Amino acid sequence: MSKTANRLQSLRDSSLSRRNFVIGSGAAAVGGATLLAACGDDDEAAPAATTTAAPATTAAPTTTAAAETGVGTTTLGSNYSDEKPRNALAAAVAATGVDTIINTIDHNTYQENFNTYIQQPDDVVAWFAGYRMRAFASKGVVGDISDVWDNLPGMSDGFRSAASGLDGKQYFVPLYFYPWAVHYRKSVFADNGYSIPTTWDEFKGLCDTMAADGITPLCAANDGRWPQMGMFDMLNMRINGYDFHVSLMGGRENWEDARVQNIFSTWEEILPYYQPDPNGRTWQDAANALGDKSAGMYLIGTFLTSNFDGDTQADIIDDIDFFLFPEVDPAYGQDAIEAPIDGFMMAADPANEEGAKALLAGLGSVAAIDAYLSVDPSVVAANSNADTSGYNALQKKSAEAVGSAKFISQFLDRDTDPDFAANVAGVGIADFLATPGNIGTILADIEAKKQTYTFE
Amino acid sequence: MVGVPAALHIGLVWIPATLTVILSFAEWDNLAPLSDIRDVGFRNYWFIFTVFEGDLFGALFNNFVLIIWLTICSAIGMLFAYLLDKNIRGSRFYQSVYYFPVVLSLAVVGFIWKSTMFSRDRGLLNTLWPGGPIDFVGDGTKIFSFDLPFLDPALGLSKNFAALLVAMAWRHIGYIMVMYLAGLKAVDQALREAAAIDGCNEWQAFRRVIFPSLKPINVIVVVITAIEALRAYDIIAALNEPRGTDVMGTLVTKSLLGEGGGRVGFGSAYGVVMLLLCLGFIIWYVINHYRESEL
Repeated sequence: MSKTANRLQSLRDSSLSRRNFVIGSGAAAVGGATLLAACGDDDEAAPAATTTAAPATTAAPTTTAAAETGVGTTTLGSNYSDEKPRNALAAAVAATGVDTIINTIDHNTYQENFNTYIQQPDDVVAWFAGYRMRAFASKGVVGDISDVWDNLPGMSDGFRSAASGLDGKQYFVPLYFYPWAVHYRKSVFADNGYSIPTTWDEFKGLCDTMAADGITPLCAANDGRWPQMGMFDMLNMRINGYDFHVSLMGGRENWEDARVQNIFSTWEEILPYYQPDPNGRTWQDAANALGDKSAGMYLIGTFLTSNFDGDTQADIIDDIDFFLFPEVDPAYGQDAIEAPIDGFMMAADPANEEGAKALLAGLGSVAAIDAYLSVDPSVVAANSNADTSGYNALQKKSAEAVGSAKFISQFLDRDTDPDFAANVAGVGIADFLATPGNIGTILADIEAKKQTYTFE
Repeated sequence: MVGVPAALHIGLVWIPATLTVILSFAEWDNLAPLSDIRDVGFRNYWFIFTVFEGDLFGALFNNFVLIIWLTICSAIGMLFAYLLDKNIRGSRFYQSVYYFPVVLSLAVVGFIWKSTMFSRDRGLLNTLWPGGPIDFVGDGTKIFSFDLPFLDPALGLSKNFAALLVAMAWRHIGYIMVMYLAGLKAVDQALREAAAIDGCNEWQAFRRVIFPSLKPINVIVVVITAIEALRAYDIIAALNEPRGTDVMGTLVTKSLLGEGGGRVGFGSAYGVVMLLLCLGFIIWYVINHYRESEL
């Protein structure tokens, strides 16, 4: 589950589990692994929909890569299965000018079976940056595309490092991202005279004031055991810094360390301001509390606005703004931000390598993301040269926040072994929320279980 | 005629099951080539019984609770069937009411209960409940628990699992009721008349005459109840596997299905524990069944 966050897309479809339990139920009961492996070997496991994006003559200015002719037909495995992202991706691919067959698979199915799928993938596959890309890169199941990066104008160094494997080569082309930040209602802050907190003390002070005004200060959801991972990541990066966070995620730190204890004792200071019983609440239910103004602030990804209907609740969407998670230790200020990046990788042994690289270069280009944004304007382009004229205030702010951040993390379940994230760290965080007093036992348990993982 | 199905059965059930047993002694991420599978002996079992023992025994306990609970539900289903079989007024209406949930998959039952009944903020149960809101989905606090010296945390029934039991009963009772209704229709009317003439009261007639004649149905119900309890998975997965509600089925899939790296050996080891439980039940059942039929 997990694992585990498909976020932007998957979160649009309300409270469905992020695990694809239908697949699991049959196969896993007896001999699961073998059955799953067997399923993936044939291509029938695949296309829910096949779209051909032929080179469009009307497409926006083509890139250098796309201008190359005769790269032949290439294939793209896509988890952009909701209608809007699917059409947007088709437009982006058309803009690259590379003749591409897009195999779209339901995003839950795609992600749950990715291990099997990547053994016989399409030429180019949709995936996420971070540990989950690096794990595949170091196992040699995705291809080195460093030469594509030689010609990707507009991609910042931050994105290059997010696209690099442990060996320093690039394996990933980013398309878009969405930051996590503290969301609030502009009208609530204006009506009550609240100001944006920039330090931990101001933040707690604001929580106090809100509580006194009869507003629940913090929306809190943890159904599926991933939403509160965001709070853990932010606190860790603010208290112990990005480097420690990476090291902890890489399994190289002890979870019983005083620095980890410190994350939870700091966290405990704001638990009284949480909506009660976060473990059973979906992120959508928590978002509704922000929608009806019964709660004041919500640390979540910018996909939050997708919980509200664009037509009937436009006033709420326009009223939502965010600020960066406040500084806790001045040594680290607000230098890190969490912004999961979605993009594409190339198969280790693509049928049409030239075409695949042309497609990847095209997808990283301004033309592709502009075409994408013209259909689905809710994301923020990774390419800094993208046309931002269609951005709303929130998107502009997202681009600025990530552009000015010194460090970009991906999300707990994208930055570490996903199995460890879902079955150990996520469970520990949920236990902490239910019984904060037991944190000593909980961390000892996490550390003991961590020892069984290799974090390769 | 039976050769083909038998071959299919062996190919699709017993070969994968055997492979699961083999994989449970191995380390594999479901990604590297098959040649990279490493034999790790009993390490996976050592880990699940010593490091992840809280998960394992918690799940086993929940499966055990399910066996008891579904047995109770089966008895209730039989009672309902007996009452409805008496052609009381509106019996067709009651039949439909009880049978309705059975046509739904348990996963769908899970979705329905999660969003419309259990939700802390907008669920029906919390709207009707006079007291403060209850977190039916997320509250893993134990209603009762046993402290075992070698195990931490304590084994017990968590509140959210108890809530799940209610949702499962909603479906299971109707299911069993329908089977008994069919069985009761087949009971020879002459038997009942004979019992009445011999002066049996209602309980005696049921206990001594009708219940024994339902034996074929009883056999099926026992099997179904045990299987439902051991294979429980879908409704818990539909609720996103809240804390304290793990059963063996969810433990298996948690380690096998993952976006980045599955722990095939782990999941298989959990699967083997589950397989042994099922085999134990089947062997016990077969022995008992045949011993009785020989008499």
